[in-house]
Amino acid sequence: MTRRPFTPKVVTANALLEGDAVWLTEDDRWTRDIADAELIEDEAVAEDRLLFAISQPDVVVGAYLADAKPTDTGPAPIHFREAFRTRGPSNYAHGKQAGE
Amino acid sequence: MYTYNEFDNAFVRERVAQFRQQVERRIDGSLTEDEFKPLRLMNGLYLQLHAYMLRVAIPYGTLDSAKMRQLAYLAERWDKGYGHFTTRQNIQYNWPKLADVPDMLDALADVGMHAIQTSGNTIRNVTADHFAGAAADEIADPRPVAELLRQWSTDHPEFQFLPRKFKIAITGSPNDRAVTKAHDIGLRMVRNDAGEPGFEVIVGGGLGRTPMVGQIIRDFLPREDLLPYVEAIVSVYNLLGRRDNKYKARIKITVAENGLDTYRDLVEARFAELRPAFSGVDQELLAGIEAEFAPPAFRDASTDGYEAHRAANPAFRAWTDTNLTEHRAPGYAIVSVSLKAHGATPGDASAEQMRVLADLAERFGHDELRISHEQNVILPHVHKSDLPQVYATLRAHGLATANIGLISDIIACPGMDYCALATARSIPIAQEIATHFDALKLEHDIGPLKIKISGCINACGHHHVGHIGILGLDRAGVENYQITLGGDGTETATIGERAGPGFSADQIIPAVERLVMAYLDLRDSADETFLQTYRRLGLTPFKAALYPDQEKRHAA
Repeated sequence: MTRRPFTPKVVTANALLEGDAVWLTEDDRWTRDIADAELIEDEAVAEDRLLFAISQPDVVVGAYLADAKPTDTGPAPIHFREAFRTRGPSNYAHGKQAGE
Repeated sequence: MYTYNEFDNAFVRERVAQFRQQVERRIDGSLTEDEFKPLRLMNGLYLQLHAYMLRVAIPYGTLDSAKMRQLAYLAERWDKGYGHFTTRQNIQYNWPKLADVPDMLDALADVGMHAIQTSGNTIRNVTADHFAGAAADEIADPRPVAELLRQWSTDHPEFQFLPRKFKIAITGSPNDRAVTKAHDIGLRMVRNDAGEPGFEVIVGGGLGRTPMVGQIIRDFLPREDLLPYVEAIVSVYNLLGRRDNKYKARIKITVAENGLDTYRDLVEARFAELRPAFSGVDQELLAGIEAEFAPPAFRDASTDGYEAHRAANPAFRAWTDTNLTEHRAPGYAIVSVSLKAHGATPGDASAEQMRVLADLAERFGHDELRISHEQNVILPHVHKSDLPQVYATLRAHGLATANIGLISDIIACPGMDYCALATARSIPIAQEIATHFDALKLEHDIGPLKIKISGCINACGHHHVGHIGILGLDRAGVENYQITLGGDGTETATIGERAGPGFSADQIIPAVERLVMAYLDLRDSADETFLQTYRRLGLTPFKAALYPDQEKRHAA
């Protein structure tokens, strides 16, 4: 079995108290803006950063690695599900798109 | 309706107090998420894409004005001013904060409500015909039995860790409005040849990734045998149901893999063991519950004013044509209030709308409200002479859409706008279909047509039993919508047939339009509904309409 080449990732989770989407930054903070997240280009680093996230169960829930791509303004989501998580629902201006 | 006794109150309060401590321990770090998750799910608390979601049980879809006002209060105090009514007659709040949830549950307990067993592998909220106690075609009000089942199943020690979730639906009418054949257990009230009331018991129905129409396991079950028999069904399932594979764990698979006859034999054997343990206390309880569901004191009044208003006011007339159902009491009507204003989110109601509905129920509706599995609100007992006033109030609050049973009265699950399990969005598709056909001014010409949309294979949006079903999937990182046709959720339950390859988000509305235009061409008269035309002609002409390019290629 051939392994797929590693593609860039961000570490993401839901905040324990608010439940909303958060992303891990290079300096070990959790941000509500994916553009401020750490874009991880190396698989071993990704595993390490994910373990770091999982070790904070009193801050975040359900941490995982999500595909992301570099842009001029920082990492951006690839899959539509991850894009929705950066914004909020499409039927009301609630969630992150409303600056919440 | 049923009012909590001391036991119910004490039980619910105790559960809230327990959960409050569990939340505190989760926040202070003494509980991990793995430890906490089963505890929060036992109390209806999910974690979704953008926030937590609290699912509150509305037993058999029945509310009074006090309960509805409290739901409005929760929406305003702890959410974003609205709630979402679901296909299981529950309400979901999409934005609670973890630390607030115990307060929300306490506020629910204040009006005799809770969120227990709205999640997890337990017996869920028992759903019922939303016209129960009012419908002209009803043998008996199924809600006392539904309440008995609620009391029996709540915290039932044997059934807290079933192989998978377990859903029961009950109807007292031959016209099945409760989708009983798509439930783990469906109960239909019937009478035997001697005229005694009992139940036809249906087992093993369900939608999801393996949709199945339930089968009759007992064609006549005497009323007094109901609890031991249902307990026997669930008890056999608890041991026989598969725990090795989540996708094969529902009772429909257990029945299908073992065969209905084997399953029935096991149930009858277990029933023989259990029956003697039911000494009749359950029937005494039931008699007490029945007294609480005594019909309201219907009044005898003239409907002349109603008829005159109908004749003079076309918008009112159109609304009465679509949104009223025949009531058993002379001069009364069942009012279905549409939560499907064109372009709105199916099933959503604002706190203000909930309060308006509570006021109307109190003033004009014998203080009763129902939530339908089709995500609308019902005022089950309104005298026709009050309808002009009811309509005017509804209209002032965006609640007078005249579309019940029509193309824009769409069931849609929350989909990927909220749900962590979803593979695509449902709500925007429902919104676009509704606004598109409203703009074409074709809705009333098309007539009865049920469109049901699910945002994943779990089928919360009942797409398999939609006349037109739409299933949202993720195809290589793009939202894709598959169409099924000819589904039916009534007493003639049928699983829809898959029409062919799916459509992208921007192609699904034109595809539905081609289907509907084909129907308008194909129907033998304006009286033949979409489903009747489909049943007469089958998939072929509709498939041709859906995939015109393919047809051309075949012809070439």
